[in-house]
Amino acid sequence: MALKTETFILNAGPQHPSTHGVFRMRLTLDGEVIQDVEPVFGYLHRGIEKLAEGLTYPQDIVFTDRLDYLASMTNNQAYVVAVEKLAGIQAPERAEYLRVIMAELMRISSHLMAVGFLLNDLGAFLTPLLYMYREREKILDLFDMVCGQRLTYNYMRIGGVSQDIPEEFIPALKKYIDSLPGFINEYEQLLATNEIVLIRTKNVGILTKESAINYSAAGPVLRGSGVKWDIRKADPYSVYERFKFEVPVGSVGDIYDRYRVRIEEMHQSIAIIRQAMEQLPQGEIQAKIPKVLRPPKGEAYGHIEGPKGELGFYLVSDGSTNPYRLHVRPPSLINLTALKELLVGVKIADAMAIFGSIDICVGEVDR
Amino acid sequence: MSILGRNVLPLTVHASVLAPDWPWGFWSHMIIFVVIVMAFVILMAMGFIWFERRVISRYQIRIGPNRIGPFGLLQPVADVIKILIKEDIVPLNVDKIIHLLAPAVAIIPAIMVFAVIPFSNGASLVDLNIGILYIVAISSISIVGQVMAGWGSNNKYALISAMRVIAQVVSYEIPLALSIIGVVLFAGTLSMNGIVQQQSIPFILLQPLGFIIYFLASLAEVNRTPFDLLEAEGEIVAGYNIEYSGFKFALFYLTEYTEAIAISTIITTLYLAGWKGPFLPPVLWFLIKVFAVFTLIIWVRATLPRLRIDQVMGFAWKFLLPLAFINLLITGVQVVAWPDLSQWVIVAVNIVLSAVLIVAFSRMFRTKGDKVEA
Amino acid sequence: MKLKSYGEGIAKGMLVTMKNAIRDPITTQYPEKRLNISRRSRGNQLVWNKTACISCSMCARACPVNCITMVTSRDENKKLQMDKMDVDTGVCISCGLCVEACPQKCLFMSRDYEKAVYSRKKLKLTKEDILMTDSSKPSGYYSPENETKLPKQTLLIDGKKWDK
Repeated sequence: MALKTETFILNAGPQHPSTHGVFRMRLTLDGEVIQDVEPVFGYLHRGIEKLAEGLTYPQDIVFTDRLDYLASMTNNQAYVVAVEKLAGIQAPERAEYLRVIMAELMRISSHLMAVGFLLNDLGAFLTPLLYMYREREKILDLFDMVCGQRLTYNYMRIGGVSQDIPEEFIPALKKYIDSLPGFINEYEQLLATNEIVLIRTKNVGILTKESAINYSAAGPVLRGSGVKWDIRKADPYSVYERFKFEVPVGSVGDIYDRYRVRIEEMHQSIAIIRQAMEQLPQGEIQAKIPKVLRPPKGEAYGHIEGPKGELGFYLVSDGSTNPYRLHVRPPSLINLTALKELLVGVKIADAMAIFGSIDICVGEVDR
Repeated sequence: MSILGRNVLPLTVHASVLAPDWPWGFWSHMIIFVVIVMAFVILMAMGFIWFERRVISRYQIRIGPNRIGPFGLLQPVADVIKILIKEDIVPLNVDKIIHLLAPAVAIIPAIMVFAVIPFSNGASLVDLNIGILYIVAISSISIVGQVMAGWGSNNKYALISAMRVIAQVVSYEIPLALSIIGVVLFAGTLSMNGIVQQQSIPFILLQPLGFIIYFLASLAEVNRTPFDLLEAEGEIVAGYNIEYSGFKFALFYLTEYTEAIAISTIITTLYLAGWKGPFLPPVLWFLIKVFAVFTLIIWVRATLPRLRIDQVMGFAWKFLLPLAFINLLITGVQVVAWPDLSQWVIVAVNIVLSAVLIVAFSRMFRTKGDKVEA
Repeated sequence: MKLKSYGEGIAKGMLVTMKNAIRDPITTQYPEKRLNISRRSRGNQLVWNKTACISCSMCARACPVNCITMVTSRDENKKLQMDKMDVDTGVCISCGLCVEACPQKCLFMSRDYEKAVYSRKKLKLTKEDILMTDSSKPSGYYSPENETKLPKQTLLIDGKKWDK
């Protein structure tokens, strides 16, 4: 006798512990196996792109903080890179170096969160995540010291940064950077050889090189699939061509490779911060820009390598104080397009792990 | 009666702690021990909740609950009060009777297990001479309650959880029972108190492989990490108890911790020589060992991620089951062929054999890839 | 998938968690023990120095969320004076742009952070509420002279000195 079976639809989200915010997936399940995925998002849509059209260029920086709230500094940077390109402004050396230091610290912090939450999705009861939080907290302390906030930094300005670093910043940063590799190694010991982590992550959620490129994935998701593509190398912005660093890549494109790429990138970021600290010049932190900024008519696309991938801002100016159009290329959203290919055919438990390994931030997906 | 040349007592109930000239003899013993067992379960459950929260927060570089009472000791009391005054929500379209009965079906067998646990020499509610068999039989009934909750809740997460729990618990029951038989063979009795009395050295040394199998299988039985698929909060939110609130949820929560206490006490009794120990009173030794076992369980929970359902099943059938059979075979040969051999020789042989077997089986154990063709 | 190890990975991981269990917890018992917050902290209230203010409305114009409402008028000497300066702290996003925009450096972010109130109406502050007095705590954000006066921020990287 053949048993009659039928598929059923499971709503994972918008309130679900593993969907990292208010993301929703309509999963069509056959028992434990996923047959179909329909991502539903927009629960956190705040219309930031439209809001930006009503505000002046400097005021928009405030709202870029609210895109990817785990990596506000890089959002700031991407936006000011775009505006500077549009208006033809060159930030002073010292400001560029400060931006690099902040952006790399932000990358470390964002990757710490990504790796921690990945382990949380795999079912480790908060322990790795809280170790990550401890390290991230130290970075937030540094940001707090520089710009007075722990989450919405609003630090970069068009043509520079808002304030110079206080004198106790560099010693604290040095202390932190020296302690971090030890912590990462300890974390590696905790998990990198753990058999349960290995069987849960290896050969799971494979995104091939070709499909990664086809989905125009970026960041650790793309590099985990073995494509050596990093905006810092491919189209150097700021002062990145002065630093020596590697671009780590994976081989298979599974969860484990993405995890390894993130861990390696943290080591590379530490190297970049070390070099930037050594080379940090004295001088101005803010270029002379007009009090009321009116970029010439035209358009510009500024992109940087954010922690989650290529973060781009496309600006159209009509010569007024407000941008005519602001468009964000959010890496979270674009990496998410590969979700269906990754999820169909896997079990629910793996689906959450794969979702975690893509590392999205819903604030950026919905904007 | 004799089986395999050994004298086996007929099935009787021994109530021998109190002097036989107590008024009402048997019944006074029953009433006193029912009170003791219930108090033990409830107090230990609250103690365990506090203990787990405090210990796991140490692993997570936190402090844990420390506001209510000294060292936060009254935190579980506050939680209980809070949970009991919550509204009892019954969702629409649930299977009312099953939904209502499920917590009771889950909690009663979990408490019944403690009837045969000896807290001290002979100090148990009843000293069944089939004690361990009784435990194996009763403890699996709890699962019915969880399945009922999963089915009766009219919720898909709960349903998935129920499916998982059936598959998982039925599978792990087998290696669990087989590993217990190893202990029984050495002890020559099924009575819990008899097993403790037989342990001149703790059976964990005589049965290292059996201990590992029992420990892992019982973790899966009571759904602790890394086998906590039943309530994997990252995947199916809270599992079977997702639609429960108030008192009914409290019962499920209590069940969970009662089961954790149960496996801690069973491991203590079977493998760690129960109440035996020098200097201190037996009850204290018993409690110390129970807390030590529970600390190990917490430690595992603080470190390990969760397995996937197919890996959990594969682990039971492809790793634990063959090992349990081999363990049984080795134990049987040792008991039958060399009954007079010094125990310490057997200890050495068994530890070496266990290490070799675990390495060999890890070599052979492999999991399949992730994707099922949809 | 085939594994090359027999559980050492798990054992190593358990050692790491045990090592962390022996360490000091990083928790700060908040209401009893407090950390020194950043000298440049941007709290959700403004501090306004009335004597230096020229009523130019630059702060209100710089605000991206329009939480500062200003009404000015000319007095008999044709000098601008502030009639009304309302700050809706329920709307304020603590970006600090108003402080940066102030040409007279008479507006500061506050370092206060315990500013919960019982009704939404009380979130709306008038110019008397934000007036600089002896008890107000201007932060060092965009004001180096304030910054040097404030105590140094407690850093997690320096270890648990604060909990002793």
